[in-house]
Amino acid sequence: MTIMKKLLTSAIASTMLVGGVQAEISDKAVKIGYLADMSGTYRDLAGPNGEVALKMAIEDFGGEVNGAKIEVVSADDRNSPDVASSTVRRWVENENVDLVAGLVASSVSIAVTDILEQNDRLGIVSGSAASSITNEHCTPNHIHYVYDTYPLANGTASAVVKEGGKEWFILTADYAFGHALEADVTKVVEENGGKVLQAVRHPFPTSDFSSYILQAQSSGADVVALANAGADTTNAITTAGEFGLTQSGQTLAALLLFLTDVHALGVESAQGIQLTTGWYWDMNDDTREWADRFYERTNVRPTMVHAGIYSSTMQYLNAVKATGSDDAQTVRKQMMETPINDMFATNGKIREDGRMVHDMYLAEVKTPEESENEWDLYKIVRTIPGDEAYRPLSESKCPLVTSK
Amino acid sequence: MAGSTNESAIKQSIIQQRKSADRKKLILNLVLLAILLIAPAVLYPVFLMKILCFALFAVAFNLLLGFTGLLSFGHAAFLATGGYTTGYLLSTYANVSTEMGIIAGTAAATVLGLGFALVAIRRQGIYFAMITLALAQLVFFFLVQAPFTGGEDGMHGVPRGYLFGLVDLQNNTAMYYFVLAVFLFGYLLVQRTVNSPFGQVLKAIKQNEPRAISLGYNVNLYKVLAFVMSAGLAGLAGSVKTVVFQLASLNDAHWHMSGEVILMTLLGGTGTLLGPVVGAAFVVNLEYQLSQGALGDWVDAILGGIFIITVIAFRSGIVGEIQKFMKKNLS
Amino acid sequence: MDMILGVPIAVLAGQLLLGVINGAFYALLSLGLAVIFGLLKIINFAHGALYMLGALTTVVMFDAFGVNYWVSLFLAPILVGFVGVLIEYFLLRRIAHEDHIYSLLLTFGVALVIQGVLTNIYGVSGLRYSMPDVFRGGVNLGFMFLPYYRAWVIVIALLVCFGTWFMIEKTKLGSYLRAGTEDSQLMQGFGINVPLLVSLTYGFGVMLAAFAGVLAAPIYSVSPVMGGNLLIVVFAVVVIGGMGSIAGAVITGLLMGVIEGFTKVFYPEGASAVIFLVMVIVLLIRPSGLFGKEA
Repeated sequence: MTIMKKLLTSAIASTMLVGGVQAEISDKAVKIGYLADMSGTYRDLAGPNGEVALKMAIEDFGGEVNGAKIEVVSADDRNSPDVASSTVRRWVENENVDLVAGLVASSVSIAVTDILEQNDRLGIVSGSAASSITNEHCTPNHIHYVYDTYPLANGTASAVVKEGGKEWFILTADYAFGHALEADVTKVVEENGGKVLQAVRHPFPTSDFSSYILQAQSSGADVVALANAGADTTNAITTAGEFGLTQSGQTLAALLLFLTDVHALGVESAQGIQLTTGWYWDMNDDTREWADRFYERTNVRPTMVHAGIYSSTMQYLNAVKATGSDDAQTVRKQMMETPINDMFATNGKIREDGRMVHDMYLAEVKTPEESENEWDLYKIVRTIPGDEAYRPLSESKCPLVTSK
Repeated sequence: MAGSTNESAIKQSIIQQRKSADRKKLILNLVLLAILLIAPAVLYPVFLMKILCFALFAVAFNLLLGFTGLLSFGHAAFLATGGYTTGYLLSTYANVSTEMGIIAGTAAATVLGLGFALVAIRRQGIYFAMITLALAQLVFFFLVQAPFTGGEDGMHGVPRGYLFGLVDLQNNTAMYYFVLAVFLFGYLLVQRTVNSPFGQVLKAIKQNEPRAISLGYNVNLYKVLAFVMSAGLAGLAGSVKTVVFQLASLNDAHWHMSGEVILMTLLGGTGTLLGPVVGAAFVVNLEYQLSQGALGDWVDAILGGIFIITVIAFRSGIVGEIQKFMKKNLS
Repeated sequence: MDMILGVPIAVLAGQLLLGVINGAFYALLSLGLAVIFGLLKIINFAHGALYMLGALTTVVMFDAFGVNYWVSLFLAPILVGFVGVLIEYFLLRRIAHEDHIYSLLLTFGVALVIQGVLTNIYGVSGLRYSMPDVFRGGVNLGFMFLPYYRAWVIVIALLVCFGTWFMIEKTKLGSYLRAGTEDSQLMQGFGINVPLLVSLTYGFGVMLAAFAGVLAAPIYSVSPVMGGNLLIVVFAVVVIGGMGSIAGAVITGLLMGVIEGFTKVFYPEGASAVIFLVMVIVLLIRPSGLFGKEA
């Protein structure tokens, strides 16, 4: 009996030892703050459903890591760097939040990662487009997970140029994101032997695009590229359809289009548009299985951002589990060392600048005949290998890379 | 007491009452000051600083709406101009001290206020509101286009720096007391202005402009001065806010911000000194609470509802209603 | 090809036409605002939200009940107009005797509520509404391709504008309206139900906004936030025209559409700001707007 007891105690003690690392998880809890636009322009692509994806990851993980509870707080950033930075400041200074997830508007992400760096916490950016987030704005405290403007331009533009679209007209949203996209596209077009005839910058937001579409038509370009996002893009596509832009022989290329945008447009107006995406729900059994579970809870199909939030949260929790720590640098290092293989990415890896590099997909919107239901929207035309899609480190302006 | 026929006794008692009212006010103010002084020990300082910045903004706005009777729908322009100017100077020039940056921001907003005032001051009522809105939209456009503002991304990583080269403002507690000092400066300045002969003329203009004109006052000059002062203080609020949050963003310049400051002032009580402060605290806190909870996506709808209720049911605002209540029960 | 400032004349002709079409939207919306302000002295900041409600009702009625475009063209404005009457009856009436500014603040609140609630129900990605079959395609005018639908918009919008102007300025009903809102006690004495008249007038102004919303449904992305920024532009149009001037609102609406259209060619970045610039300049020169009477 006593021997049994001894054995038992030693067994418990040894588990305690292994579990002893959990002492490194601060205040015995891993706290994740979900910050996103819950009520504005970017609500549908991440928003409240992103929080659902985050919670799915935590549930699937088991709700706790090494005995420490996983808690979630969430807030609406109202697309304002102001609101975002005060919220995150409070989270990290006062409420011991370990990870900030979500992060949609680029302005919000840049503001938040500043604060995370000051306080040495971790952030995973899933929704933002700006490639500057891991370029001039890179910090050792965040990871940019799903996509950025570089592969958007690269994937779509190089494909279109190779198909013979040499002369380009770019319609750009007149703010930082649009400018970045325009610059990236111009570079890709020129490298592939094409030429940008004209770039017109429209105010953000714009509801009537007829004037710009007319300018595009009279420019004589082969390709009309939309370097804008959200409602601007859908409005421009609708108007292009109305004015018969594609019928007159011009190709329309939308550089940033989310599944929810295409769903809103409908296949009839969006058919044939080529776009680059980081993920699509109907690619294989894994993606479908997850998308079905997501659909049960939200009644919509997930965007690449929703999937990215799930995947990145899983990666994060795995790293916390493996290292037994919630310290930002320890976890980030562990995440960088672990290749990502799940329903979201195959052989994805996180680089030192914080960029998660994974395969991107060139997709084409199905025609009404091909589409079997309201969410059956894309066919994948080509897989763009991650290293080809993203900005190579050799071009990086990130101090984490260049100072080496 | 009211039935007394002795005139001097009545006078005496009025003076007595007023004195006791003054004393009560003083006590109230001291209590509030004490609360503000110990608040950061209890509440999160950055949150308090946000309230103080918006309170100062609303106090500045109220100088126009509450004490001069002018509704500006473009005050966001001053908040933003102050913020961006300070942000630009502090992040570009290492040798500009924090207080210099704030002074420069305030000055820029003051100059802009003068420009607005010269264009708008001859207009009345709705025209005044709309022309200030139009001018503010032009400022917004400038801030979107200008290369140094960072456009939609905003201006990030503005250093808080050292106050007078000595106090490290990176420390939230130090920063808080500095913001509190700035706020008190602005608040007391408005209080002195309102109670000065100048302030009396402003009130006369609000109540009956033609009479003020016929009394020989150069009404437009008074209005311009009030506008410029209001703009300068709004700019001061913006400058300090930029230092606190280390960023300036287009949000500050958007017309919704002009609407929000109206809501704060109206809700707290126009034409009362404390009203805008209470209103700002209420709105900032409400937005915070809503953004945390399950009602996150309902912020706009709830703010709108509060707007409606305030306009319909209690136009004098929280502080105004309390004052009314006190008066009723005192007499 | 002939050029003006480096832009071919054919392109400019196209832009002129598009400017007039956009101007027709501005005209309809600013007409509603002008009716409401001119007759009731209410500054209706909910106008953009009610325009959105018109468009959204059209889409929702189609999705839920298959209500077609032509029916919506009548039904949606009536439904939204009824919402307007409710707003007037339950809210605006209570502050009728206060400063006009309060009506601005109240309707601003109403707009936030409508927009906020609908955002929670319908999201912001935009709902789709397909073009009625009759309007598919367009005609090549030589200098541009004009979709049939845009041509229809300009015709119907101008007809409605003219009809409204005629009704208010030239008919007996219109004179009752003007008299009733100017001297309500006298008209009440004549046995006219002035409060009802006020409700109906507000409802009518709202109907015009909703009508513009229905017209917009097939060509713009319909979402709860579509009216937000449009509102202040339309307000600027009304102020430039002269608050309360019916004809002024219509003419200025068309004019601003054209000015904005040309800005989109020569300085596209400035397209959203140009109307405010015009407004400042006009008010400096003519304090009560282009067509306003000196207050």
